[in-house]
Amino acid sequence: MSLDPVTLAAILGMALATFACRASGYLVLRRVQPGPFLRAFLGHVPGTLFVAFAAPAVVREGWPGFVGAAATLLVMRATGSTPLALLVGVAAFWLARTLM
Amino acid sequence: MRVIATGAGFRRGARATLPLTVGLVPFGLVVGVLAQAQGLSALEQALMSALVFAGSSQILALEFWTDPAPIASATLAALAVNVRFALMGPSLAPWIDALKGVRKWATVSAIVDHAWALAIAEMRAGRHDALFYLGSAVTLWSAWLATTILGHALGAVVALPRGHPLFFAAPACFIALLVPIWRGRGDAAPWAIAAAVSLGVGPLLPNPALAVVSGAVAGSLAGALRETAGGAGQR
Repeated sequence: MSLDPVTLAAILGMALATFACRASGYLVLRRVQPGPFLRAFLGHVPGTLFVAFAAPAVVREGWPGFVGAAATLLVMRATGSTPLALLVGVAAFWLARTLM
Repeated sequence: MRVIATGAGFRRGARATLPLTVGLVPFGLVVGVLAQAQGLSALEQALMSALVFAGSSQILALEFWTDPAPIASATLAALAVNVRFALMGPSLAPWIDALKGVRKWATVSAIVDHAWALAIAEMRAGRHDALFYLGSAVTLWSAWLATTILGHALGAVVALPRGHPLFFAAPACFIALLVPIWRGRGDAAPWAIAAAVSLGVGPLLPNPALAVVSGAVAGSLAGALRETAGGAGQR
């Protein structure tokens, strides 16, 4: 049970940034209507952010990465169950990497 | 519209949320195991999950964790992933306004996807009990804390080496979430640009979190530019 001061600072940085996002919506965005451009931009953020994170992780793993990603997407699409998609995706990746 | 705040509302929020906590389990386990593998102590992990309480930003920050801890890139990761919470605040404002002190700021601090979605459904049904939100959020928060702590403990027992195939679960979380996020063909170009920019600038930047944010900004800019070109934005 250790608490490193630098780690604590990073955790507090994350916590403050996240609180700022939460509070700014309530305190600011209700008064200042964001324009159509900002609204469209923010609407794209979750998807593009997740793609920008996943793409290098998949490419770094080579074709087993693509196998795992495809399996995750297909199972999620077919069942809508995140736990099942994760399970099959990781299993497919593991299998593909073992077969390499 | 009259907004009330009752214990019954709190309990109804908690009850409505309980089944959803099952869906949190895999994410919580991934966060806990990842935190353990990246060298966070059980206490540090629990603090992060309790104070940040936003799974995808925790996964992103932990993927790029270093020793000593990367203060700037972890903060940037939290900011980028959680900016969506700002969009949820305005629709919750009538409920938040009806609360005071600790309850008010606890509600603001606990703005999170599932509880927000349930609250919107509750509002559409014409029920306005502001404590419904806290009941839902407290349930999610407890489940989140419990599963991440469990994940950390599991990680310590199994002690997976770095690069173990099970860590593919972290990107897989985001890949799975892309399915419900997909809004149609208009997302294809922004997503392709995000991937290309992230892959392209990654080797040039000192910090991998910066590459992710650059990709997201480039893709979102492209999408917003196209949608707002020539006046009215679609959708």
